[in-house]
Amino acid sequence: MPIGRLSSAEVEARVVRSLKKRHIKEKAFRAVGLSGVVTGLVLVLILFTSILSRGLPAFWQATFELDVYFNPEIIRIDPRPTQTSGESSGDFRERELAWLTQVNMVNWNRLLEDSVIAAAPEAAAMARRDVRRLITSGERFQLREMVAENPSIIGETRRLRLLADANVDVWLRGNIDRSLPDAQQQLSRATRDLADKLFEEGIIKIRFSQALFMNPDSRSSLASAGLAGAFVGSLFMMLIVMFLAVPVGVASAIYLEEFAPKNKLTDLIEVNINNLAAVPSIVFGLLGAAIFINTFNLPMSTPIVGGLVLSLMTLPTVIIATRSALKAVPPSIRQAALGVGASRVQTVFGHVLPLAIPGILTGAILGVAQALGETAPLLLIGMNAFVTNIASTPFEQSAALPVQIYLWQGNELRNFFEARTSAAIIVLLALMISLNAFAIWLRKKFERRW
Amino acid sequence: MSTNKTVRMSANDVRVFYGDKEAIKGVSVDIMENEVIAFIGPSGCGKSTFLRCLNRMNDTIEGCRVEGEITLDGNNIYDSRMDPVLLRARVGMVFQRPNPFPKSIYENVAYGPRIHGLASSKRDLDEIVEVSLSKAGLWDEVKDRLMEPGTGLSGGQQQRLCIARTIAVSPEVILMDEPCSALDPIATATVEELIEELSSQFSIAIVTHSMQQAARVSNRTAYFHLGKLIEVGDTDEVFTKPKNELTEAYITGRFG
Repeated sequence: MPIGRLSSAEVEARVVRSLKKRHIKEKAFRAVGLSGVVTGLVLVLILFTSILSRGLPAFWQATFELDVYFNPEIIRIDPRPTQTSGESSGDFRERELAWLTQVNMVNWNRLLEDSVIAAAPEAAAMARRDVRRLITSGERFQLREMVAENPSIIGETRRLRLLADANVDVWLRGNIDRSLPDAQQQLSRATRDLADKLFEEGIIKIRFSQALFMNPDSRSSLASAGLAGAFVGSLFMMLIVMFLAVPVGVASAIYLEEFAPKNKLTDLIEVNINNLAAVPSIVFGLLGAAIFINTFNLPMSTPIVGGLVLSLMTLPTVIIATRSALKAVPPSIRQAALGVGASRVQTVFGHVLPLAIPGILTGAILGVAQALGETAPLLLIGMNAFVTNIASTPFEQSAALPVQIYLWQGNELRNFFEARTSAAIIVLLALMISLNAFAIWLRKKFERRW
Repeated sequence: MSTNKTVRMSANDVRVFYGDKEAIKGVSVDIMENEVIAFIGPSGCGKSTFLRCLNRMNDTIEGCRVEGEITLDGNNIYDSRMDPVLLRARVGMVFQRPNPFPKSIYENVAYGPRIHGLASSKRDLDEIVEVSLSKAGLWDEVKDRLMEPGTGLSGGQQQRLCIARTIAVSPEVILMDEPCSALDPIATATVEELIEELSSQFSIAIVTHSMQQAARVSNRTAYFHLGKLIEVGDTDEVFTKPKNELTEAYITGRFG
């Protein structure tokens, strides 16, 4: 029976007429959505391929395998002092230091030059300087440490792996245009020819680079520059954020959501927390510099200050995530617990919190991952300092992964550090992906139905 | 049949405000020992709100204020010396939708006795769980799967589990807020039978929107209208000889 003035047939006709327009709208929306997703995927794919293709080669680098003769004529040092009876430890320490100075004065470079000449006799005719440039300058300290630790190896020959100079690595792997004239090459013609020959003979090989993972940053011996210092620094900061921002954030969120009275003051706090989450991270760096360094006199460039600043930055994220996880717990669970006479605390910790845990963990770990990748606030508390030390406590000066990427990106030996930068990005991304995977695993583990 | 019983709970001129809005406008009613009293009335009449005053569940609602006096065995439950935790142990509640904890059947029932320290040993607790489940008519159905999640039961079984959870604390009064509205007719019949059995040991106040249910399970019926208690009396009388026009209009189906 028709309602209104239209007959049934007219109603149908009108609906059919409008259908086409509606279908077009739906299709258009789907197309826009799909193209958005596809664009995103393509961009991510481009990002990953470019980073991987640039960064992966840096996990391998040109490395010598040489027989090094610890020539006693070059290493002319006294026997290592031993503590005699009646000698005070202060006196002994003084003699030991004098001996170490002696070890330090040895011309370790000559040992390296001689080893290269032993492997390729034609190098004997070259200038010593040209030979020396093949091996990165930091490797001589490896020899020094070996002798200082065990002087009995003097006179013996040891087969050692020594990193080639960064410019040799660049040359051998074609990261510099080989047809450039001599004046624009970093290495002399003689050095380049010798490097080619040693590479052909297998004395220099492209080997997995332990230096990248085991060494701190370096500017005097570029080939030995590694990520260890930055990695440890970031690790300390992450631990500080995890053990500071997460518990404090979760506790504040539980209090605000479950216990605090709803009044003007808590409204104000809520608005402020939401605003804090939107504050640019560099502002937290300024705050950290003013409070932790100027007021509390904590040392600059240290993971403790970095961790505190990142904790401040992560706190609002954790609070917001925890509150929404708590809000998502159905009120019937609270009523059920209150209804049998559970107290507020028993209700929250026995029933509400266990159900909110997956959401809380996800939020917390995403917050930590965000803190891990943050660079700007660290620049303001001096974590962009050049530190050649692997921190053993959070109170020592240290580098940090994102800042290390920033520093390497600006290094003047582009041909070598472009790959190193991407490699550092890969390590940072791997760390983040594993954190996120951990979050997903935790979520799955604690997820329950109700 | 309720006339010569003792009074368990007594409400005297109770008013409830949500912010400025007065939701309950001066309700006075007694709940006797071992009786089932039904609160009926059209949607929004305040019967659930009133029920939730009886164990102070309204405390958890922001902006809700209760005036007047409600006593349990002569003590004012809104007195500052009355701990709502103790009150809720003595006045249990069953909700509209079954809301078992996402835990095992056993844990659901054992939770209340455990937090109140009612069992001195594991065997004690086992006994409380078995008795409670038996009284809720659920023991035979679940005795072989006590460790399975309570949320895996059917809707009717879940509601009986919630009743078992409530009686495990040995309350004096049980409040039921439309306990069958989410259940099918067969589960409803089972729960109604259960209510009748439980009334020999507990005082029960039940909110229902089904007049047939009120007629079937209750000894007395209270009719609410727009926040006021219009009429309260023996169920038979309220349904057959209502004193008030509003009550008559409602039970004869002219509005509701």
